[in-house]
Amino acid sequence: MLPLLGVAVVVLGFAARVNPLLVVMSAAIVSGLAGGLDLVGVLSAFGKAFNENRYISVVWLILPAIGALERAGLQQRVRDLVAGLRAMTIFRLLTLYFLIRQGGAALGLASLGGPATLVRPLVAPMAEATAEARLGPLPKHVCERIRAQVAATDNVAVFFGEDIFVAIGSILLIKGVLEQNGIIVEPLQLSVWAIPTAVAAFAIHATRLFLFDRQLSRQASAATEKDRA
Amino acid sequence: MIGLGAVYVLAGAVFAAIAAMSLCDRSNPKRWVNGSFWGLFAISFLLGDRLGNFGNGILVLTMVVIVGVRGLGLGQPATTSEDQRRVMAREFGNKLFLAALTIPGITLLGSFALKTIIIGGEPLFDPGQTTLVSFALSAIVAVLIARIAFRQKVIAALQEGRRLMDLIGWAALLPQMLAALGAVFALAGVGDAVGGLAAQAIPMDSRFAAVAAYTVGMALFTAIMGNAFAAFPVMTAGIGLPLIVMKFGGNPAIMSAIGMLSGFCGTLTTPMAANFNLVPAALLGLEDRYAVIKAQIPTAIAVLLINTVLMYALVFRF
Repeated sequence: MLPLLGVAVVVLGFAARVNPLLVVMSAAIVSGLAGGLDLVGVLSAFGKAFNENRYISVVWLILPAIGALERAGLQQRVRDLVAGLRAMTIFRLLTLYFLIRQGGAALGLASLGGPATLVRPLVAPMAEATAEARLGPLPKHVCERIRAQVAATDNVAVFFGEDIFVAIGSILLIKGVLEQNGIIVEPLQLSVWAIPTAVAAFAIHATRLFLFDRQLSRQASAATEKDRA
Repeated sequence: MIGLGAVYVLAGAVFAAIAAMSLCDRSNPKRWVNGSFWGLFAISFLLGDRLGNFGNGILVLTMVVIVGVRGLGLGQPATTSEDQRRVMAREFGNKLFLAALTIPGITLLGSFALKTIIIGGEPLFDPGQTTLVSFALSAIVAVLIARIAFRQKVIAALQEGRRLMDLIGWAALLPQMLAALGAVFALAGVGDAVGGLAAQAIPMDSRFAAVAAYTVGMALFTAIMGNAFAAFPVMTAGIGLPLIVMKFGGNPAIMSAIGMLSGFCGTLTTPMAANFNLVPAALLGLEDRYAVIKAQIPTAIAVLLINTVLMYALVFRF
């Protein structure tokens, strides 16, 4: 049970809002020491895994490109593009985005989007411009909620779409774990059973987006009436 | 063969440039802190394979101490104003939009096309890494497009990259740190300890209780570890296979597919899944670090409930 101390460090650290890098490092040290390693052993194990997982941080390579396009007016162009679409609402925009991302993930294209390449430069400004076109200038906290909702939509769409693709890591992991236990399944058998949840996740999140959109409109009209009075 | 090594060299060069520009930024009172943090990140990419395990451990520890003790500052490189951007947006029009879409476009094309390039009987690109290599290529191409079509100098692109890196700050390192933490957890036997605890704590004498213990257990365990991949083998060996499959005769394929997706519900709720939950919040400049998680929790709970019902309805029927 001693290694669980590391988990306790993580939970307490995140709850107390200590800097997450410190939390993670301390959890690794506590866990490793409790699991019988010495300090050099823990640092070596952590360093080895850190080095092997550098590919995770390769995603930041895209930031100079995104920054250069933003510097040339990308976000403003995206806003103009959407502001011209009178029939666009937050609900329609994000539901459409959900379908594109979920469908893409189901075809194995999960890694094409993400917060750095799609959400920040394109979809978040689209969503804000859509809301502004309908509701007028947005207070800061409303902008924050809209942006957070775009990032959430991106995650939910990918998470509940990617397992429909037969060659995704999680499907291969399931196949491997079941095989170790003497059960042979084909990836297709697994990915088919990801479809009901995919449909449910779409229905649930689209409903939430609809309610979110309606709530924004109500708050905006309440604010306008207050101004008049 | 061009593979991850080349991508790491490119990443190392970009971070070295960001570190150098941070050091020269006199407007940032913490320029030494930022310079050394991004400089160490550059060293990790360029020399990580030569530092040895302990050396890498010390490198990470130093980065963590730098952030923990001093905290990163926010570099403010000169940039275009809102008005200038509006003018350029009108001038360049939809070319800007298309340029942004070339990034996923090249990544997609490259991940298939690069595999087919063979020179002298050897593949030119590592077939296992074509997606990451194409992604790096798309980054280079987009910077060149910005240079040629939109007159943005390469140095300006790097400065904008620095602005965004500083905006993300320490969160940029967190996903990789968490992956390393997962490895140490595995070494220390954390997964088995949690699995043993879960199997003991829950009496499961009915089919529904077994299903609910498995789906909710997957979600909770994933929230703790930040990754459904760590939770799945433990929960499946501890609860799924012995109870749902062996005792009650459930279908292992349905159980596993929906079980994994229940784990993903946990991923949506936890700061441990930093790349999905904390990094976007930083990248979008949100004040509340947990804003994205808060937006996701209602969906996560609803999908978890539906998963439990779906599994109960389907797993014993097919």
